[in-house]
Amino acid sequence: MDTFIEFFTFQYPNIKYVLFGSILLAVSSAIVGCFTFLKKKALVGDVVAHAVLPGICLSFLLTGNKNPLYLIIGAFITGWISIVVIDGIVRKTKLKEDTATGLSLSVFFGIGILLLTFIQKSGNAAQSGLESFLFGKAAALVGADMWLFASVSVALLIAVFLLFKEFTLISFDQNFGAAIGFPVKGLNLILTTLTVLAVVIGIQAVGVVLMAAMLITPAAAARFWTDDLKTMIILAAIFGAVSGTAGAYISFVAPSMPTGPWIVMVISIIALTSFFFAPKKGILYKALKRRRIKNLILQENILKMFFQLGEEAGDFNTGRSVLELQDKRPFRTKELDSGLKRLQLQGYLTNQNDKWQITSEGQNKGRRIVKLHRLWELYLTTYLRIAPDHVHEDAEKIEHIITPELEARLEKLLDYPELDPHQSKIPYQ
Amino acid sequence: MNDLIIIATGSLVAISCGLLGCFLILRKMAMVGDAISHAVLPGIVIAFYISGERDSIVMLIGAGLIGILTTFLIEFLHQKGKLQSDASIGVTFTWLFALGVILISYYGRNVDIDQDCVLHGEIAYVPIDLWITEGGTNLGPRVLYVMSFVTLAIIVFIKIGYRGLFFTTFDASYAAAIGISTVLWHYLLMGFVSLATVASFESVGAILVVAFLIVPPASAYLLTNKLPKMLMLSVVFGVLSATGGYYLAKSLDGSIAGAMATVSGLLFALTFFYTRLKANPVTSSSPVLQES
Repeated sequence: MDTFIEFFTFQYPNIKYVLFGSILLAVSSAIVGCFTFLKKKALVGDVVAHAVLPGICLSFLLTGNKNPLYLIIGAFITGWISIVVIDGIVRKTKLKEDTATGLSLSVFFGIGILLLTFIQKSGNAAQSGLESFLFGKAAALVGADMWLFASVSVALLIAVFLLFKEFTLISFDQNFGAAIGFPVKGLNLILTTLTVLAVVIGIQAVGVVLMAAMLITPAAAARFWTDDLKTMIILAAIFGAVSGTAGAYISFVAPSMPTGPWIVMVISIIALTSFFFAPKKGILYKALKRRRIKNLILQENILKMFFQLGEEAGDFNTGRSVLELQDKRPFRTKELDSGLKRLQLQGYLTNQNDKWQITSEGQNKGRRIVKLHRLWELYLTTYLRIAPDHVHEDAEKIEHIITPELEARLEKLLDYPELDPHQSKIPYQ
Repeated sequence: MNDLIIIATGSLVAISCGLLGCFLILRKMAMVGDAISHAVLPGIVIAFYISGERDSIVMLIGAGLIGILTTFLIEFLHQKGKLQSDASIGVTFTWLFALGVILISYYGRNVDIDQDCVLHGEIAYVPIDLWITEGGTNLGPRVLYVMSFVTLAIIVFIKIGYRGLFFTTFDASYAAAIGISTVLWHYLLMGFVSLATVASFESVGAILVVAFLIVPPASAYLLTNKLPKMLMLSVVFGVLSATGGYYLAKSLDGSIAGAMATVSGLLFALTFFYTRLKANPVTSSSPVLQES
């Protein structure tokens, strides 16, 4: 608790810089990242992050000093060129986007490493510190860095705020945007510029490899919680801020721990949690839903089978063993057992001496499924002119889906028919 | 002699990566290769911590498993989570790489690897890292043995599995129809990509692995549509990049891995302009209709 208070009361000025620097970086790249994510260009950030290295080295070679402004201009230029290269390769050759992306990324980075090592061995004393672009130096942020971060972040936020509608449009439907007269090319240019800016600034905190995460991961996590773009951007920004704070705090508590990787670790944990547990879109939620539907279908099929057996025998009160049931329809024993037990709990079936018997509620439910099945078969043969021997499979699926409203419309449309295409009686009551 | 050893090591990396890379880019999975080469880091660190050696079997297996896990995770998030594939690649590899860097910081001095070396390696140390038997006999550079073994394994894999790789790459549904498991070949290929990455990471680093996986096959693909020819050409481009890169690095006194990647990029640019020129010659004048 002491370290917690120490950290958030900023007893050391350095903490303030690291904390606000991390948060600014994480929030601004998260916001820009939402648009690149939706444009399915998430890996552009990764490419730019690798491609700024030669720019930084070249501008150092040309100017001979480490003025951050020159370095950023250099980084900005090569970052841009790398995107142009990808675009050119995809348009002019048969190579696909993934290949062009990997190619641009690795070659630019290779050139960067070559230049960096060349500078390091050239004995220029001013060069030390250039390699911090490789792995970031979030824990060593100073006041000057923070002002730079802050001004660029504010510029990014203002641009996104002013062009929100336009960016939304090009993220979802470029062609539509072009058709109604938006300057799509120019807007793409601005969005790419913002991405490059976010990367150039962010890379100093988390380094080349992890920069991609700052753009992609918050957006991906936020996408699982909402379908609304504004909410998504706000969520991504919050996730970014939380991970920036957590990363700074962890490296404060354990000084040997690197800030950048911890920021990425925290945001990744947020993202993975979202992927699994988010309501509606989460993997777990969807798996549970699928299981519930599977169980429902199984139970309806069992009741339907009981009804058909009763129909054939003209007697719905006979008790039947599991083997007899499987004789009628080859359910797997384990599934059948669990389905039978569930139906018993719900009062649709009773069990006496291992013989299963349908209750009147079960009979009603089973009858409805059989009715829907036969109505649908009749609908397909009458209205879609499908041969009677081709309609069973389809009816087998739709019988579980038809709602009472649809059921009423079907009955009315077919005028309460007596028989289905296979001359079986359609049971009403 | 040292020159030759470095060029040979570089070429072996180039050959093994180039051969696998052809299948990767044809399957539109180049970025998965990139992801694996970064994501094996935690596997390397853990295996190194357990075994205490750099080139143990544990290390190869550990990192190979992480590579396959990476592929699985990317697929899982994409298919089960409905996360778009570029984002699922980006989230997965950055997360695992961050984990690797954190593990390195955690084990601190107990682990003799740093993130620098993972990114761009140090191939210049290959000739002095010798394999000396217990009897004291000097058998030559250790890495050269590891890379030879891996290259051989990859060539054998492609030779034996050519039919499976071929069909699952070009026509997955046909492959499935004649009983070839696409899933099996997918993971086998990814397993070998991980193996190549792990074996070459300390000498050339992740970034050159990516460059060799993608750039020579891409250049080769520009020149041909036939798979056997593409495989051959990417080996040629790879070896040329390794050789040219070495001399470029020597003349600039810079990173050899970086220079090799640079040269492979240059070769791609040359190929690109060559094919552009061949497709629409600049010098040719418009055809003149002869009047008779």
